[in-house]
Amino acid sequence: MNIHEYQGKELLRQYGVAVSYGTVAFSPEEAVKAAKELSTDIVVVKAQIHAGGRGKAGGVKIAKNLDEVRTYAKELLGKVLVTHQTGPEGKEIKRLLIEEGSDIKKEYYVGLVLDRQTSRVTLMGSEEGGVDIEEVSENTPEKIFKEIIDPVIGLTGFQARRMAFNMNIPPKLVNKAAKFMLGLYTVFIEKDASIVEINPLVETGDGNILALDAKFDFDENALYRHKDIVELRDFDEEDAKEIEASKYDLSYISLDGNIGCMVNGAGLAMATMDTINYYGGTPANFLDVGGGATAEKVTEAFKIILSDKNVKGIFVNIFGGIMKCDIIAEGVIQAAKEVSLDVPLVVRLEGTNVEIGKKLLNESGLNIVAAGTMADGAKQIVELVG
Amino acid sequence: MSVYINKDTKVLVQGITGSTALFHTKQMLEYGTKIVAGVTPGKGGTEAEGVPVFNTVEDAVKATGANVSVIYVPAPFAADAILEAVEAELDMAICITEHIPVLDMVKVKRYMEGKKTRLVGPNCPGVITPDECKIGIMPGYIHKKGHVGVVSRSGTLTYEATHQLSEEGIGQSTAVGIGGDPVNGTNFIDVLKEFNEDEDTYAVVMIGEIGGTAEEEAAEWVKANMTKPVVGFIGGQTAPEGKRMGHAGAIISGGKGTAADKIKAMNEAGIEVADTPSVIGETLIKVIREKGLYDKCKTH
Repeated sequence: MNIHEYQGKELLRQYGVAVSYGTVAFSPEEAVKAAKELSTDIVVVKAQIHAGGRGKAGGVKIAKNLDEVRTYAKELLGKVLVTHQTGPEGKEIKRLLIEEGSDIKKEYYVGLVLDRQTSRVTLMGSEEGGVDIEEVSENTPEKIFKEIIDPVIGLTGFQARRMAFNMNIPPKLVNKAAKFMLGLYTVFIEKDASIVEINPLVETGDGNILALDAKFDFDENALYRHKDIVELRDFDEEDAKEIEASKYDLSYISLDGNIGCMVNGAGLAMATMDTINYYGGTPANFLDVGGGATAEKVTEAFKIILSDKNVKGIFVNIFGGIMKCDIIAEGVIQAAKEVSLDVPLVVRLEGTNVEIGKKLLNESGLNIVAAGTMADGAKQIVELVG
Repeated sequence: MSVYINKDTKVLVQGITGSTALFHTKQMLEYGTKIVAGVTPGKGGTEAEGVPVFNTVEDAVKATGANVSVIYVPAPFAADAILEAVEAELDMAICITEHIPVLDMVKVKRYMEGKKTRLVGPNCPGVITPDECKIGIMPGYIHKKGHVGVVSRSGTLTYEATHQLSEEGIGQSTAVGIGGDPVNGTNFIDVLKEFNEDEDTYAVVMIGEIGGTAEEEAAEWVKANMTKPVVGFIGGQTAPEGKRMGHAGAIISGGKGTAADKIKAMNEAGIEVADTPSVIGETLIKVIREKGLYDKCKTH
């Protein structure tokens, strides 16, 4: 789960991690009011959307006075910002961060991420800040340093200092930088983050080290123990169908095609998409109904698929293990009763309780095309959709 | 022969009184798995599906000699259940539970260093040696005893592949689901090593998916060490970058973890990769025919 930059900075502030001062604004009036309370003449007006590359796309403006703050706020609010991370449709700006301008001397990068090879949280740092870190890692990997963290003792002082020295932070600021990194690690662990990136981390003219940006992503499996983080969720930033699906613990992702998919298991769901593509079709979604789904959940899943107006046909592909085929069948039948199903439906059932499931579907009187295998089912739905 | 589990394996079910665990305990018993004990704190002294229930893993092991545990405990308590199995020095703990917070697993992995227990999973379908022992949630009837080893990151995709093999009369020595989480216990290389040494396994099917670099590392290991043919499949060939495909571990980020990279690494290691999941069985049969292993693998 992502949060906005201003929310990330607020979180860092709570942990004593140095960030530039600012306030969120939802209107030009609020922007001007927020700017009045800042101590600097130069004010930064920053678009708050869940995507990187805002600066390059024109989502960050430097205002020299309150009139400019008002002008920029009017210009940005309601505008659709297209960055390299938003996709061509872009994202509408609904919130702004009004922040004190910083006297930037140098830009660095620090981040914390889970390293899958070592199964440890890893601190990454570079003196190449303010740019796309993936490009740095591609072109000059020697400029990225890593510290692998033992979960028992956490990030140690010497590791943080070594990182600061490796990043060529001026020696007199190394302790400030180390304190920053230790605080960042504490937030990461205590809030079950999966990624924290500070890009750029800046050295200011008056000898401070602070976060000019903050990107957080949280482990969705751990949100049950972080009510405060859940409250930061911005539904405007998410796909409406994905929000609806998450209410029922369904793993749903919107895609561009016209064949709705309902599958159990993430691996099989991906493979089903691959197979539809292989036969020349395009999936409208990824949907894993999971292992513990009830008939009600399956019904909801079906409704969510059908709420996508691009869907011209549905392929249900189930290989029951923990998920029982009869539950799927009941859900499909219930859904078809509740919503008028006017697109072709291909169903392939295999696995636990398959005979009961098939029987239920046969006796339902619904117009269902039965498929023997995944390939057969994919081929049929692609043909039916045309 | 087989790997990890066989007809002598004594199984303990952690979280046995939950509804999912009860259903699958029944299924495992019907398959012939020797389930000797269950654990649910506070329900010690009772029975579930005819299996004695204990309050702690330690008590259950002392009373029954259980050596492998299967964990169905809900996600918030699952990491603790794994630790309890490790502390009781079981040979193996197979964790079915999905949605365990990843930082819990980071701690579990650290605690397990140097300990006796092997962890399989979490978020996995389990392990099965056909006709001997089924531990987990996989449907038993799709398996057939034989000589092909199966290792996979995905549960349902494993069923798909195994089912195809069985339909063609190609049985399995053991099928191992290693799970779809970014931090897990047993990885591809651990299982490939076992299959390579198992005299009853003649060929291996390896099923991966997008995200991470486990398949690339396994391919490198296969190139250097594997003496038996391996065929593969990678799920998520058409998945867009930056979208997490259900499994916490299945995401392409920063251009890393793509299906194309994995398929390339596997091909370079001599692993033939199936174009679609529907031809995993066919691909294996083609390869074992070429290697002259078909007759040895065909179980009538």
